[in-house]
Amino acid sequence: MPAKGWIEVSDTYCKGCELCISACPQEVMELDMTRLTPKGYHPAHTFKDGCTGCAICALVCPDAAITVYREITKAVPTPVGA
Amino acid sequence: MVATNANNLVYERPEGFTDTPTHYCPGCTHGVAHRLIAEVLEEMDLIDRTIGVAPVGCSVFAYNYFDTDFVEAPHGRAPAMATGIKRVLPDRIVFTYQGDGDLASIGMGEIVHAAARGENLTVIFINNANYGMTGGQMAPTTLPGMKTTSSPNGRDVETQGFPIRMAEMLSTLDGVGYCVRRSLHDPKNIRLAKKAIRTAFETQARGLGFSMVELLSTCPTNWGMTPVDSLKFVEQHMVPAFPLGDYKVAAGVAQIKI
Repeated sequence: MPAKGWIEVSDTYCKGCELCISACPQEVMELDMTRLTPKGYHPAHTFKDGCTGCAICALVCPDAAITVYREITKAVPTPVGA
Repeated sequence: MVATNANNLVYERPEGFTDTPTHYCPGCTHGVAHRLIAEVLEEMDLIDRTIGVAPVGCSVFAYNYFDTDFVEAPHGRAPAMATGIKRVLPDRIVFTYQGDGDLASIGMGEIVHAAARGENLTVIFINNANYGMTGGQMAPTTLPGMKTTSSPNGRDVETQGFPIRMAEMLSTLDGVGYCVRRSLHDPKNIRLAKKAIRTAFETQARGLGFSMVELLSTCPTNWGMTPVDSLKFVEQHMVPAFPLGDYKVAAGVAQIKI
């Protein structure tokens, strides 16, 4: 099962350039046409499930607007002899 | 959804940045280059002792965006100013951030002689094939046949000459320790560019001489393209004209492990 992740896009920095949308390997990003940022851009957002937290959107973002999180699925290893 | 906490964090805005939003056009890869530098300075724990030298050009306001000390140089003179700073304060990390109009045109003398002297500086050179700030005029790096506001019929090499390949040119000088060209057009190349920037700063930190990273960049506004199409233009037209690669890696630099 792929890792589950999520992102937060800052309205302060996002300029709606769409680079993250074209780079997203899961194709789960689009511009949110229902909202405008204070600068007057439609910000990027994830519109469906499937984000794996790979951070490629953050890697291509020219404005460092994206914060990426990933659910921790790895079980904590039990110490030997416990 | 799992509650957000520090353990879940994969990526956040680097500490090397201030909170100021950049003035760059949407999709301009100047922002990517800035971010990579900020990430490298954070990783190397150099933010407190780095001095940047901003050029004239689109990146003239770079001092607003980095959480390091910064000075603003006259057009093209960033390597000369950086030379002075580095010689007076040799324990600091000094880098210049220059575009192609600044470095390859008016500042050609400064960059060549700083490299020839082997000044212990790091130069980040953004090559986007035009003068972005002033309205997209032809630069020394404009491709043959490429239309700009001052070459409306395309650059005619018979009267306007050929593009200058800075990384190749500077790599012939003995004072240069590390001289490479990278691109910012896709995630793989952005990762390679970050590694090159890290190596360039390591070169300076170890006193191995002049280091330069040339980054192929976009100018969506002046090229008249969307940001996504601009990246394709870099891949299809700029990479063949400005081949990516390591042009000089001195023996001491080759041993740096990152």
